[in-house]
Amino acid sequence: MKRLAILALFALFCGTASAEVTVPHLDIGKGGHCVNDPKFMKINHGDLLKKQRTITVHQGVIGRYSLIKCVNCHASRVNNSVLGTNSNFCQGCHVYAAVKIDCFECHSSRPETVSETLTEIGK
Amino acid sequence: MSEEIGRRDFLKGSAMLAGLAIAPGMMLYDLAHGENRPASSAVRWGMLIDTSQCEAGCDECVKACNKENGLPGGTGPTDEQWIRKVELKNLKTGKVSSLPMMCQHCAEPPCVDVCPTGASFKRADGIVLVDRHLCIGCRYCMMACPYKARSFVHEPIHDQKAEVPRGKGTVESCTLCVQRIDRGESNTACAEACAKAGHKAILFGNLNDPNSEIAKRIKEVSSMQLRADLGLDTGLHYEGL
Repeated sequence: MKRLAILALFALFCGTASAEVTVPHLDIGKGGHCVNDPKFMKINHGDLLKKQRTITVHQGVIGRYSLIKCVNCHASRVNNSVLGTNSNFCQGCHVYAAVKIDCFECHSSRPETVSETLTEIGK
Repeated sequence: MSEEIGRRDFLKGSAMLAGLAIAPGMMLYDLAHGENRPASSAVRWGMLIDTSQCEAGCDECVKACNKENGLPGGTGPTDEQWIRKVELKNLKTGKVSSLPMMCQHCAEPPCVDVCPTGASFKRADGIVLVDRHLCIGCRYCMMACPYKARSFVHEPIHDQKAEVPRGKGTVESCTLCVQRIDRGESNTACAEACAKAGHKAILFGNLNDPNSEIAKRIKEVSSMQLRADLGLDTGLHYEGL
């Protein structure tokens, strides 16, 4: 009887747990061909940006994983930003994953017409 | 037992393989896509400021700096100023000179010496910068700087320029328009604006290149480093003081 009760409780728990949180529908902006496979980027973009920032700030190398380039391609065409609503590229996913994003306290969240050289370097 | 060791070895092996796969991939990409070169110590960026050409009351350089770097342009005690126009008066002779004051990009920067986190640093090409990812806003560097060249950001900032990230709680100063240099340009916003205004008081260039205009002129005219007695070997030289 006791076992039965535990089983019933377990079933009830499973029932509630299976009600999944809906995956955010992201506005990827202009999108296009990413610098890497999107699946790889989803997992590694944080590490790549962190590595890139040191190289860019200390050596002046405008690298492949420049945050400016992320923003240029992925800013929403609706509000011209990667932040703002929960469907915006950066904010949407970070709210879903409950990971605080502090890049944009200093960095611009909007694309800016950068010089042709900068765009060329990253092609 | 032997099976367990086998599994462990397999895991180690696959981790090593993954490491190999990422690193050479990135190197291959770098080779193929010709990124801009890292800052080199063969270059020493500097400026020669001709105070006899600098007009009192003109602040074209300050305005250009504000525009280039997205600074608000206030001149209050808590406003960020990367360039300040200063007037000096020789009390004995009464001669008044007007000049732009900014980070002097020392070869031996005291701000770097005192920084507890390594945020304040000197790039290989002589540009003294703040890595704001590391800056904790303690402002030791501001106290150490004999030129009062650095500013602290007191208020939250919005709408920064994409190439010039700036944020509350960090220290900043003149970067010699590092974003332009990394793009391959060879003039700063202030020097450009000064020339446009017809003064040509600011000459920017590579001090290490004997064929550069700045190196040639510095060889000819009499110039000085501010507070040369401190032995900081500044990248900025002043003429006519």
